[in-house]
Amino acid sequence: MFPDEPQFHRIVPRSGVRFAITVDGRQVEVQAGDLLISAILLHQSALRRFEFGDGYRAGFCLMAACQDCWIKLGDGRRVRACDTVARPGMSVTTGVVAVNGSANA
Amino acid sequence: MKETIVIVGAGPAGVRAAETLVEAGLALIVLDESARAGGQIYRQPPHGAERPAEKLYGSEAGKARAIHTALEQIRPRVDYRPGTLVWNCFQGKLNTLHDNAQGILPFDRLIIATGAFDRVIPFPGWTLPGVFTLGGAQIALKSQGIAIGKRTVLVGAGPLLPLVASQYLEAGAEIAAVLDVTPFKAKIAALQRMMAMPAMVRRGLSYLSKIRRAGVPMMYGVRSLAVAGDRRVEGLAWTDHRGRRHQVACDAVGASFGLKPEMQLADLAGCDFRFDELTRQWLPVVGAGGRSSVPGVYFAGDCSAIGGADVAELTGIRAALSVLEDRGTPKPQQLRQLETELARHARFRAGIEAAYPFPNHLIDGIDDSLMVCRCEGVSAGDLRANFVKSGAPEVNRLKSFTRVGMGRCQGRVCGAVAAEILAAKSGLPLPEVGRLRGQHPIKPIPLVAGKQS
Repeated sequence: MFPDEPQFHRIVPRSGVRFAITVDGRQVEVQAGDLLISAILLHQSALRRFEFGDGYRAGFCLMAACQDCWIKLGDGRRVRACDTVARPGMSVTTGVVAVNGSANA
Repeated sequence: MKETIVIVGAGPAGVRAAETLVEAGLALIVLDESARAGGQIYRQPPHGAERPAEKLYGSEAGKARAIHTALEQIRPRVDYRPGTLVWNCFQGKLNTLHDNAQGILPFDRLIIATGAFDRVIPFPGWTLPGVFTLGGAQIALKSQGIAIGKRTVLVGAGPLLPLVASQYLEAGAEIAAVLDVTPFKAKIAALQRMMAMPAMVRRGLSYLSKIRRAGVPMMYGVRSLAVAGDRRVEGLAWTDHRGRRHQVACDAVGASFGLKPEMQLADLAGCDFRFDELTRQWLPVVGAGGRSSVPGVYFAGDCSAIGGADVAELTGIRAALSVLEDRGTPKPQQLRQLETELARHARFRAGIEAAYPFPNHLIDGIDDSLMVCRCEGVSAGDLRANFVKSGAPEVNRLKSFTRVGMGRCQGRVCGAVAAEILAAKSGLPLPEVGRLRGQHPIKPIPLVAGKQS
């Protein structure tokens, strides 16, 4: 498994419902009001692979302008992670963190 | 006469415009891409992530609350449609997308209040995970209570830089350095003009003193930025104004270089543009009272020229007054008062522009290997080589040859820089290489175009 660390850090703790979403098959805990970009980057370093070359992307502008944070949901929808709120039961495919030693693209 | 009046955007400009029209007894439709009103500046966190206004907006909490309240109060009398993307304007109609449903909305009058976006200039490593815009760094904190990294370097060329730095420090985040790519002496030279609004200057100084008291290095005249790291951010290197090289360890960078109007809708509506020498940007032509060159289309807020949140409120009201005037019910006294206040803001704004001159040195330093278009992966070398090969001295032709600006963001991130690179390579003045024409959809929309609404 590729060593990976969270990019985002929660510095203002808040109360509120906690629930799990699935990111590349693993369960991660999020809080009500978390955007998907937060939900994902609180647990790993990137959101997706860059499709035209090497490297990974983790979003850029967080205001739905730069279009860098498109991700694929389990139900087939493609959404911007920066303006989509995480909901219980969501599942996301990023292909960033390798699972069981193999790339999960 | 029953007219359809549409406002696009529910930030300070759109909300004040709506309020003014509602008070005059008019029916109107407010379309906003966000789920909650306030724009970016007075952005409200998603439900569940709310915090007290004082924590979110600091000294501007009162203004933020006033905008949110204003919209709540007019809501029963306004057709307010949050979560609605306007992705095209064609022959007096807007194409919209809401909850995966397409819509077509004909209008008689349109107030464009689409705000602004960070001005981006690429530097080595800018596409690595962990590099965000300054605006993005601020939104992470404001909307989510999150810092973009454990140890962050902030870089900028505008008043957003000290603001975001002080907000991060206030929230307890670690800032490794605050780097201004414009010279310190420009601030001194501009101080007198900025004193047109002493309260604004005091606010700015309070942010700087917060940074100083925290012991965070703050440097001016910084050049030659480069992110260290392979797969993610591990540090940032730069050259100081004396030519010495520095590097600090960090795991995140927030960097952008001023603001740029979100003018795609104005473009698609057919509005005329002009080249603004001072800010080196193409801007929509704004006529008297915020009127565009297209009859029935008006501007409010940062979408036609950067002025900030207070100016956005004023130009929002002004656009609404112009609508009223064009309908035969002018309010000359109110308009005169507004224009006087706007003139004072304009003097202050001239000071801000002088304090943060456009950092040409970052453009000049762009190496062939640097990726300029982050959507399509087009490098500066690709752009220069195309000019050598094709001789095409125009940025829309550069786009068709190289795909620069053809990706998901439609060139809003890279278009202006691509034009700078083409101008430098061809030896032509920047305005002569043109600007990327606006294309629909303004933002990506699903091809399976759901139901009609």
